[in-house]
Amino acid sequence: MARIVAGVTSSHVPAIGAAIDNHRTGEPYWQRVFEGFERSKEWIAKVKPDVCIVVYNDHASAFSVEMIPTFALGTAAEFPIADEGWGPRPVPAVQGHPELAAHIAQSVILDEFDLTLCNKMEVDHGLTVPLNLMFGTPKQWPCPVIPLAVNVVMYPPPTGHRCFMLGRAIKKAIESYPKDLKVVIFGTGGMSHQISGQRAGLINSKFDHAFLDNLTKNPKKLTRMPHLEYMREAGAEGVEMVMWLIMRGALDDNVDEVYRFYTVPASNTAVGHIILANRTKASKKPASKKAVARKPATKIKRAAAGQKIQRIRS
Amino acid sequence: MAAKTIAEKDYDDIPGTYVFDADRSRRGFHLNMFCMSLLKAENRKAFKDNEAKYLDERFSLLTPEQREAILKRQYNRMLELGGNIYFTAKLGATDGHPFQHLAALMTGSTQQDYADLMLRGGRPVEGNRSKSGKADKLKAATSKPVSKGNKRRG
Ligand SMILES: [Fe+2]
Repeated sequence: MARIVAGVTSSHVPAIGAAIDNHRTGEPYWQRVFEGFERSKEWIAKVKPDVCIVVYNDHASAFSVEMIPTFALGTAAEFPIADEGWGPRPVPAVQGHPELAAHIAQSVILDEFDLTLCNKMEVDHGLTVPLNLMFGTPKQWPCPVIPLAVNVVMYPPPTGHRCFMLGRAIKKAIESYPKDLKVVIFGTGGMSHQISGQRAGLINSKFDHAFLDNLTKNPKKLTRMPHLEYMREAGAEGVEMVMWLIMRGALDDNVDEVYRFYTVPASNTAVGHIILANRTKASKKPASKKAVARKPATKIKRAAAGQKIQRIRS
Repeated sequence: MAAKTIAEKDYDDIPGTYVFDADRSRRGFHLNMFCMSLLKAENRKAFKDNEAKYLDERFSLLTPEQREAILKRQYNRMLELGGNIYFTAKLGATDGHPFQHLAALMTGSTQQDYADLMLRGGRPVEGNRSKSGKADKLKAATSKPVSKGNKRRG
């Protein structure tokens, strides 16, 4: 049986991608951002997911204003890198997992979530920047990726509650897939930012920290937040944080916060990143008896993930 | 309850913000499709060679206001007329500007001042929640316990 082992959220600021592509990651400004993901890279290298589902939004690359699907699932075998106006980012094309994607589509649609399916789709920085942050810049991405593009460009995006429930349906779909696969789900975008109008530059760290706290412990509270509050408090474009709730809905109710990072700014945006791990049944597997005797169960799981809770704030 | 009219959109109370909703998406269709055309290098070149000609020949359905806003690089006006920032940013990129140049234009500051604002932690939300000021007062009221006698409505 396939299972979701963890969820990762991360901002997908295009300037982060540009810093990578232009070899500027060593500059102090960017170092501050990239350092925050060093432990995350170690963590995911240990977890070794078989598949990642990446919830992201397209920024006028694959979708224009001609068609605006609310939820679009990538069912293709490969997703080319979009040309966003400066040539495609020099990152590997994304390999899909058509078989699992088709299974998710079937399960989720029969669960009353009317997805759009994309057998041909290019992916932009919204998807590739988080992959870079977690996997660095390899020649090939280490595992297949299933893109789930969410409309957050045209108002209204789906509600936080709808996103959370879609996450629930994805969880159910994955758990009914017969092959043994370890899945990590990404929620991307955010955190607070506004890049349009006279109010551009808005950042609300207080909102962001509360959002991160609730994401771990009380996501149901976030599912009741109206779009108006996101836009007022976290900026017009900050509403894209609803995508994080798909990730959260796909996890168990109780999760361990493995890691958290927050910094302001990256270009115009507050960068937020969190790793949440399901309290897996891994502890039922024979662990060393000594370890079992020494530590309470949750500690072992955290140790198994190779991380203690880490909070870095700047 | 009657459906909300355009004038009653709750998010219109957010200052300095043009929410790209279905109305703007419809009104701004040709403006955004023009921006989208700039993803192709040959189109960027054709546009730069003769901007007015490019618009008139290929995007004749632009309104005169939209056409003017494009030619004059009035970024807030483009948003008002149905442009979306992810699209209009492509026009800025065609001009060779980094995004913060557009942000500076939209916020009426210099690029340096805007960059400094971001380094200081960005524009604070306090005082920027609503045009009417109601949301700020409401927020202040909910974050501090207020006794009933003190309750005032502006
Ligand atoms: Fe985004």
